[in-house]
Amino acid sequence: MTSLKLENVCKSFGAVDVLRNVNLDIKSGEFVVFVGPSGCGKSTLLRIISGLEDITSGTLSFEDEVVNKLTPSQRGIAMVFQSYALYPHMTVYDNMAFGMKLQGGQGKAEIDKRVREAAAILQVDQYLDRLPKQLSGGQRQRVAIGRAIVRDPSVFLFDEPLSNLDAALRVQTRIEIARLHETMADTTMIYVTHDQVEAMTLADRIVVLRDGVVEQVGSPMELYHRPTNLFVAQFIGSPAMNILDGVASSNGASVMIPRPSSDPLALDLKDSSGRLDKVQLGVRPEDLVVADGQTSLFEGTISYLEQLGEVQHAYVDLAAHSKPLIAKLPSDAQLSRGETIHLTAATDNLKLFDADGKAVAFAA
Amino acid sequence: MEGVEVNKLIKTGLFYLLVGFILVTALFPFYYAIITSFKGGTAIFEVTYLPNDISLANYIGVLTHGSFPQNFLNSIFVSSVVVIISLFLAVTASFALARIRFRGRGLLLITILSVSMFPQVAVLAGLFEMIRAFGLYNTLWSLIISYMIFTLPFTVWVLTTFMRDLPVEIEEAAIVDGASSWVIVSKVFLPLMWPALVTTGLLAFIAAWNEFLFALTFVSNNDTRTVPVAIALISGASSQEIPWGPIMAASVVVTVPLVILVLIFQRRIISGLTAGGVKG
Repeated sequence: MTSLKLENVCKSFGAVDVLRNVNLDIKSGEFVVFVGPSGCGKSTLLRIISGLEDITSGTLSFEDEVVNKLTPSQRGIAMVFQSYALYPHMTVYDNMAFGMKLQGGQGKAEIDKRVREAAAILQVDQYLDRLPKQLSGGQRQRVAIGRAIVRDPSVFLFDEPLSNLDAALRVQTRIEIARLHETMADTTMIYVTHDQVEAMTLADRIVVLRDGVVEQVGSPMELYHRPTNLFVAQFIGSPAMNILDGVASSNGASVMIPRPSSDPLALDLKDSSGRLDKVQLGVRPEDLVVADGQTSLFEGTISYLEQLGEVQHAYVDLAAHSKPLIAKLPSDAQLSRGETIHLTAATDNLKLFDADGKAVAFAA
Repeated sequence: MEGVEVNKLIKTGLFYLLVGFILVTALFPFYYAIITSFKGGTAIFEVTYLPNDISLANYIGVLTHGSFPQNFLNSIFVSSVVVIISLFLAVTASFALARIRFRGRGLLLITILSVSMFPQVAVLAGLFEMIRAFGLYNTLWSLIISYMIFTLPFTVWVLTTFMRDLPVEIEEAAIVDGASSWVIVSKVFLPLMWPALVTTGLLAFIAAWNEFLFALTFVSNNDTRTVPVAIALISGASSQEIPWGPIMAASVVVTVPLVILVLIFQRRIISGLTAGGVKG
């Protein structure tokens, strides 16, 4: 039941600026995921919210109260670490009860009740007497999550909690975290990951960071369908969005996309304020479909095929562009290497970016 | 084929010969001290390598006459207190040195280390004046304070290195749980540091137990001496006679507490060597 507000938050380590003017509103009970490549400052941002790291400048408020100077426990946060960070010499029970015992105020019975409840939610109740070293990685991480639940935090922080788990366990624990968010609907959750699948599946809203700057904030589908810039467009989605520069040209009012065997496709710009001297065309591999030679947007030869079973990835060399175009096509499409292929995409699924990488809006 | 077999046999033989040589060189002084301590009267002056008639006279003499039992208790008191105070100061200091970023931390660590570079003789005169000024001359506290000079640098260094290797996340998890620095040190770090504490504590105990120069200088009463000095000052009937028997018996008695300590903490020391296996 805590909303967060970050205003012009900056963080520097010596001369290195890790975060620059981060502004963010997080609603109460929201599940927000910070995502970005390594070194983008997402973990630092989480640590600032947790109180483990000081803020260089700017303010951080919980429910309109500035918490810049408060310790993590005063802020009422709980955190799950990538490396579990359980106390190795304490049993599972003691690990989970440690925070409440330190807080004081609650009786033994109350602590016992809360620990057992949390253990039951995470199915670690049969391991309460064990030491962390006697548990598997997945069990350890569940205990770490349980330790956080017991404290009944107002803000629940996750720092890449799944990175140390193997693939199968990662999917399972991901679902458990999603379920946890449903059961703890009042608790604001902030989750850091570099994995876009985790970001897409868990988040109410995703915050994409790069080099200490927030690139875009939005729901997973917003980010997928309406990226505001090239970086977000390429970061979300796998394989990444194809970006072709030097293909489309602009006269200021509309953009022309040449077609191999018909007139160029003209897209009218809604806004011509961007730097349109160089227009970059983006199209997602999954939006490309095989077309006939008459109306297709792209023509090229298949240089490589990856058969994944459910789909196949075709790498298509275009005459006008040096990087191959990647298309995600049905796995039963009869394709062979060296073959000439015609591809097209619905106009709605095309993206345009100006020379600075900013998205350009258009009407077909 | 046969050539290879012979070759291997020779190599194994040479290996065990070398092992035997090292063992004899290392253990002979101890062995000789022990068998000498059981010899009585003039048998001491015959060179024998096997114990023949065993006599406990030297032990009875050392333990019942003079101030040796008192000296023994003095040594235990001094060494134990030195270990307790050193470890307490070292644990708290190493937390700051390993975990808190502050200006001059590296310099401070080097300074602490450099204290242990001075030979004892160099600080003897100055320390003597200080001890006199504090009114501690001829008390066991003079030894306790002066022994810190050599126990603290290495306990601080070893524990700082050990503490630095403990995962930061565990400390951060404790901070998130609301633990103060003291709670982190006492409830979270201390239990993890047992192996290092035992090892450094034992080394500090041995160093304090065997110290001679300060013990000789700062204490003048027979009743306040510690065992290394007391043994050196065991005298015979005349100044011409060195009482080797009682000296050897006393030496053997003095090593007993160390052996007991090592046996008690043996498992902890071994687990100290594998402490890296602890994963958060």
